[in-house]
Amino acid sequence: MNDFSMKNVLKKNVMTLVLLGVYILFIILGFAIKGTNILEPAIVTSLIERYAYVFILGAGMLMCMLTGGNIDLSVGSFVCFAGAIVGLFSVENRIFATPLPTPVVILIAFGVGIAYGALLGFLIAYVRIPPWIATLAGYLAFRGLGTQYLTKASADAAITNFPDSLEKIFGGYLFESDWGEINIPCIVIGVLIAAAVVFTTLLSRKKKIVKGYKADPMGFTIFKCVLLAAIIMFFTVEFSFVGGFPVVVLWIGGILLLYGIVTEKTTIGRHFMTVGGNAESARLSGINNKLVMFCAYLNMAVLTVIAAMIVTVRASAANSTAGEEYELDAIAACIVGGVSAYGGSGTIIGMVVGATLIGVINQGMQLIGVDQNWIKIVKGLVLLAAVVFEIKSKQTKAKPAAKPTKKETASEPEDEIAKAQAEIEKALNDAVDEELAEAPAESVVTTES
Amino acid sequence: MAKVLLEMKSITKTFPGVKALDNVNLKVEEGEIHALVGENGAGKSTLMNVLSGIYPFGTYEGDIVYDGEVCKFHKIKDSEKKGIVIIHQELALVPYLTIGENMFLGNEQGSKWCIDWNKTYAEADKYLEMVGLTDSSKTLIKDIGTGKQQLVEIAKALAKNARLLILDEPTSSLNETDSRALLDLMKKLQREQGMTMIIISHKLNEVSYVADKITVVRDGSTIETLDSKTDDISETRIIKGMVGREITDRFPKRHDVEIGDVMMEVKNWTVYHPEFSERKVVDDVSINVRAGEVVGIYGLMGAGRTELAMSVFGRSYGIGISGELWLRGKPAVLKSPKQAIKAGLAYVTEDRKGNGLVLSNSILRNTTLANLEGVSTGGIFLDQDKETEVAQEYVRKLRTKTPSVEQLVGNLSGGNQQKVLLAKWMFANPDVLILDEPTRGIDVGAKYEIYCIINDLAKAGKSVIMISSELPEVIGMSDRIYIMNQAKIVGEMKASEATQENIMACIVGVRGESENAEAVNAESVGSEA
Repeated sequence: MNDFSMKNVLKKNVMTLVLLGVYILFIILGFAIKGTNILEPAIVTSLIERYAYVFILGAGMLMCMLTGGNIDLSVGSFVCFAGAIVGLFSVENRIFATPLPTPVVILIAFGVGIAYGALLGFLIAYVRIPPWIATLAGYLAFRGLGTQYLTKASADAAITNFPDSLEKIFGGYLFESDWGEINIPCIVIGVLIAAAVVFTTLLSRKKKIVKGYKADPMGFTIFKCVLLAAIIMFFTVEFSFVGGFPVVVLWIGGILLLYGIVTEKTTIGRHFMTVGGNAESARLSGINNKLVMFCAYLNMAVLTVIAAMIVTVRASAANSTAGEEYELDAIAACIVGGVSAYGGSGTIIGMVVGATLIGVINQGMQLIGVDQNWIKIVKGLVLLAAVVFEIKSKQTKAKPAAKPTKKETASEPEDEIAKAQAEIEKALNDAVDEELAEAPAESVVTTES
Repeated sequence: MAKVLLEMKSITKTFPGVKALDNVNLKVEEGEIHALVGENGAGKSTLMNVLSGIYPFGTYEGDIVYDGEVCKFHKIKDSEKKGIVIIHQELALVPYLTIGENMFLGNEQGSKWCIDWNKTYAEADKYLEMVGLTDSSKTLIKDIGTGKQQLVEIAKALAKNARLLILDEPTSSLNETDSRALLDLMKKLQREQGMTMIIISHKLNEVSYVADKITVVRDGSTIETLDSKTDDISETRIIKGMVGREITDRFPKRHDVEIGDVMMEVKNWTVYHPEFSERKVVDDVSINVRAGEVVGIYGLMGAGRTELAMSVFGRSYGIGISGELWLRGKPAVLKSPKQAIKAGLAYVTEDRKGNGLVLSNSILRNTTLANLEGVSTGGIFLDQDKETEVAQEYVRKLRTKTPSVEQLVGNLSGGNQQKVLLAKWMFANPDVLILDEPTRGIDVGAKYEIYCIINDLAKAGKSVIMISSELPEVIGMSDRIYIMNQAKIVGEMKASEATQENIMACIVGVRGESENAEAVNAESVGSEA
């Protein structure tokens, strides 16, 4: 099962391939219909800057969803509210006349985020309010609260003219150069990152071989390295023509890297996944389920504050419509990216692919002049297709389990009694159906004692 | 001789690797109350599931002859049409619906599209009267006690025009008074309506009180059928039938194991039910276990064994826990499973799928779950190579059959899942392991391997508490045995002195312990009232 095969590799990366296909499709369509080149640096960069919030909120939403398919509906409204807070304290306005220094404003914003996250986490983890209800309350309240402040603070319900110091932290460019001219530091950084990625990939393969574990064939590893390096260099080159390295990319990269490590390589990530996989089993294995839930929502709120500042700086305004439907974008990114809607499994990379896919479809269709309403319809269908795909692929994986499961039911006759009549009937009918349908295929992977 | 209503002829039901029923014959005459008795896992429930069509025709061998014709039931509805109605041990009533609504659930009265509520409640009242329940049929189920709920189940069955009523452990959740009322109702139904009934029960005094005939099932075979008119049906006689098997060397012997000091001691431990806060689920229990010792806790289901184990394991079950816990001669307070694990306890759960393993995760992830510190640096960063090493080591040690440690646990057989669960707790490196039904639902070969693992643990100086409802297993594996019944310890004996008869006697309270057991009964009635 662990053996390397091209089929497995393809199977694992279906979504990535779909993303590539869709991207290429839009490149061709964009060129054919409008004569625009979607690969143009300006367009690529604007796509990333525009959807930066999805990646950041998606990372937080992933952590929530891992704990058992829990979501946070208040994210979008909280983006608006946090934006309003930043605006209130950093720009002269009708409520608050003397702007505070930027570091203080940032601290206040994070303070508000931590306070809200802690409250939400407390309500969900310790008072046991279902997450979607608790966050629905936040969804309504923060939209109202944010709008209220913004209306009071300025005549047109928007605070603008943010200080440069704030804009430099959450937007703008590093190593600024003239637009359209190749930016050397940018290329150098890109080359360094690519080299680092290739080096670590090769190193981990070597380590595996030294310790005697199964490793991918050399050819595939080289292919993977070349591909990764090519992707990194593609973006580097793109960024190097837009007047410097976008700061937003640093934020995204940093957060994704951090959460990628947390979910894949740390005990913390393992705790989140186990709580989502089987909460009772996690509890009896010494995991503090409540603390995990608490942290998920606390973390979400903190990430929301970062997203709020990026969004506010990019729009150069805190306004009452900021962040509308952001929560849905983040959830959609996770779902399309293969994060289980029931919790227990999902990766940052998957979420990134999902977010990018939705972003590319959105932006691509806009560029070739598709009507907004049609874009929504297509996005809805993509979401549905992704969920159907996830469930279907899980079912095929689950099939080998059919036999042992049946045996289990069989040899635990006393347990049988406990089940409600209808349940038994249904389960057995299903099991029999499955057995009939899958009889020949089973023997391959099943491990019988 | 009355007419034979049901005859099950040479029923054999095989599950992969296990023969659950082996050539079983059962003959039930019209109008009699027929009891099925046997130990847990003997095959009683499987037999009834075959009869009611839960295991459909074709999945078993043999014939079911009902009312003179051979029946081929494919689903429960088929058998219900013929008037065979089974009432399961766990009541299947919807708490927020009325008695009447529950009785006609799926069998609604009225036209196709419209429920005739007047008819529903009138009919319901009629059947309720039959079972002697005076509550209005418009009462919500949640507002009546379990005893009355059981009566509603029977009324529901009657409303389906039952001719053969199967009651699976009908009194298991009832107190003495309610149990007696139920048994009397059974007699009344038999007398007045000529109802034929099959009752499955562990409570032998009830069986001898109510049954006309008693069929003993043991190891998937029917051993004998006793007739109350002609045979001796005393409890002692029934026990002899139930356990009259010789213990062969199904249990590997432990050699040269030195039993050391008391490792863990629980004193006057009392636990209340988390939902019904006045119900004691563990009542003043004191037990101890020494290093290198295997202590068995025997009891029937619902005796409070799991509740005891879980409440000791970091108070993971129950409320109002009182009593003392001593570890290595020092008092210990364990407030969470995490603390319990740190203190050297491990609890291997009974329900490995429900709360033991994460089925959607790999063997690797399950193995290291209870001791992630052991495979990480600083308790944070996982060393995935080390994890793989650990998982592979345990797969090798416990001979878990799997192609790789990346295999999802959900794809393994029961025995192999149990090994993964054991591996998980062995890797947590505990001093005291509480194994709750470690061999439930796994085949004989795998059982033997699990026993060997238990012996190895004892040899390594660990204390093992083995909770089991299989008598031979408890006797064959333990150094010392506690017998638990109705939330209390009702007996303690050395394994060398234990026989199946005297253990069962402790529970049914036939011999010396009888006053004790009766006191327990009386108390439980009191506490529930």
